[in-house]
Amino acid sequence: MIEGLAAIYIFLLAGFTGFEIISRVPVILHTPLMSGSNFVHGIVLVGAMIALGIAETTSQQVIGFIAVLLAAGNAVGGYVVTERMLEMFKSTNKQGDKK
Amino acid sequence: MELIIQISYLLAAIMFILGLKQMSSPVTARRGIHWAGAGMVVATLVTFAAEEITGNEQASTNVILIIIAIALGGGYAWYTGKRVAMTDMPQMIAMYNGMGGGAAAAIAAVELLKAQAAVSGGYASSVPDYLGADVTILAILGAIIGTIAFSGSIIAWAKLDGRLNSNRLLPQQQLINLILAIVLVAVAVSVYTNGSLNLIIAFFAIALVLGIFITVPVGGADMPVIISLFNALTGLAVGFEGYVLGNAAMIIAGTVVGSAGTLLTHLMAKAMNRSVSNVFFSGFGTGHSAQASGDEDGGTQKEVQAQDAGIMMAYASQVIIVPGYGMAVAQAQHKIWELTQLLTDKGVKVKFAIHPVAGRMPGHMNVLLAEAGVPYDLIYDMEDINADFANTTVTLVIGANDVVNPAAKKDPNSPLFGMPTLHAELSENVIVVKRGRGTGFSGVENPLFVAENTRMLFGDGQKVANELIVAVKELS
Repeated sequence: MIEGLAAIYIFLLAGFTGFEIISRVPVILHTPLMSGSNFVHGIVLVGAMIALGIAETTSQQVIGFIAVLLAAGNAVGGYVVTERMLEMFKSTNKQGDKK
Repeated sequence: MELIIQISYLLAAIMFILGLKQMSSPVTARRGIHWAGAGMVVATLVTFAAEEITGNEQASTNVILIIIAIALGGGYAWYTGKRVAMTDMPQMIAMYNGMGGGAAAAIAAVELLKAQAAVSGGYASSVPDYLGADVTILAILGAIIGTIAFSGSIIAWAKLDGRLNSNRLLPQQQLINLILAIVLVAVAVSVYTNGSLNLIIAFFAIALVLGIFITVPVGGADMPVIISLFNALTGLAVGFEGYVLGNAAMIIAGTVVGSAGTLLTHLMAKAMNRSVSNVFFSGFGTGHSAQASGDEDGGTQKEVQAQDAGIMMAYASQVIIVPGYGMAVAQAQHKIWELTQLLTDKGVKVKFAIHPVAGRMPGHMNVLLAEAGVPYDLIYDMEDINADFANTTVTLVIGANDVVNPAAKKDPNSPLFGMPTLHAELSENVIVVKRGRGTGFSGVENPLFVAENTRMLFGDGQKVANELIVAVKELS
């Protein structure tokens, strides 16, 4: 599937992408962005589902279950919290503030 | 079907990257999280059709288990995420991040257990023989990183949530951590070569303990750096486990977060004038407290009443408000915004000055002010406003301390020395709203409080803000 050199390319390019995204962020968005990236690694949910999917023995199922449980928490929690934070950003013009 | 799944994963990865990109501007930030969220939903749904899941003999049981686990974990996170107060955001992020790290470690555990079962069943000669050398190495690395991020984040959550106050665990903690890390590497190597069940269990147990030991001595002020670092580490662990499972979405998203998080950690540490290694290897605010208390020749703090302070502000030409975490704890931000509106009506120019690490994390204070309805164009970063303090009649410092400590530029003996600060001391008058006379989060004395042009206004932030509002209102 994705092996050897191809994987190294992906790791490298993704690494540069991450650097590029963050390098131009204003300080006011650091916390929401950290929360947003926290949500993005919630993609571990996909891996956790596969881990539970390939489980054969009971102990593997238990650990796989824990994996999905935690991963779902990461994804959902990360989304809710980020959404709530970003909801609040608005400028003076939009809320029609008086002079 | 396989092709559709792979294309969906790629699509999800692209949406994550574009989403994060949009989150880097306040105008498009909300759309960004929605894009990333849509990517997550797509990736999760197509995974149900993945061959690994449908092809298993126990597919029906496992699918039901998956749905139950998502409902439980997601439900818990939904409930807590909706309820958490804005001031408590940092520890919630730490908690969710820890869950992700734990999930990555658990994926590695399933893979290692499967390999171990194959070895003991005689289907393979060793763990790498079953999984492949590259997969085994990355599975083990991801397991170490994920487990440390898991237990470390939980400790970070407990400390920020006030459930754990200790900064000390054992004497010679750093030496113990070093030895433990060496043992962990040794055990990891023998998991690779030998891979017995007991070794795998010992391996995870040691990594768990190491994560706890690393985080407990870290001082409160350094917590955001640690959380950000664990966030980056979780990303890396997810990327590694993505390779183990041959999953492109996990590799890309995990690595993007890993590198973005590393840069963010570096930016945060720089804003606090701390290097990342410094954060790990010294308990900030524990070693310096004795030195700070011996320093009593600075003069006395002069008090002012809320009414006088209100009059000073109402007749000022420009007021700069420096909010700190203390304001947020007192839930005073709404009152402060009301006060700002009153002052603006009187023709006073009001600006908010935000230190990069105000609150518990860079940008945390902006979120708290945004929650209170303060528009972001009244809010200025440190670099943009520092030159403006000299033209300011009154600077109102509320619940902030270390970020306005002039010792950071003048006193080489101060533990804060070299940290960039807001130059509040340059304004004509400084009013400091504070609950009591003690030192701040880092436990360092602040010479600003005894300066000639500083007046102290003691009291709970919200109560004081209320009194200021009344005082300003009485003048009209």
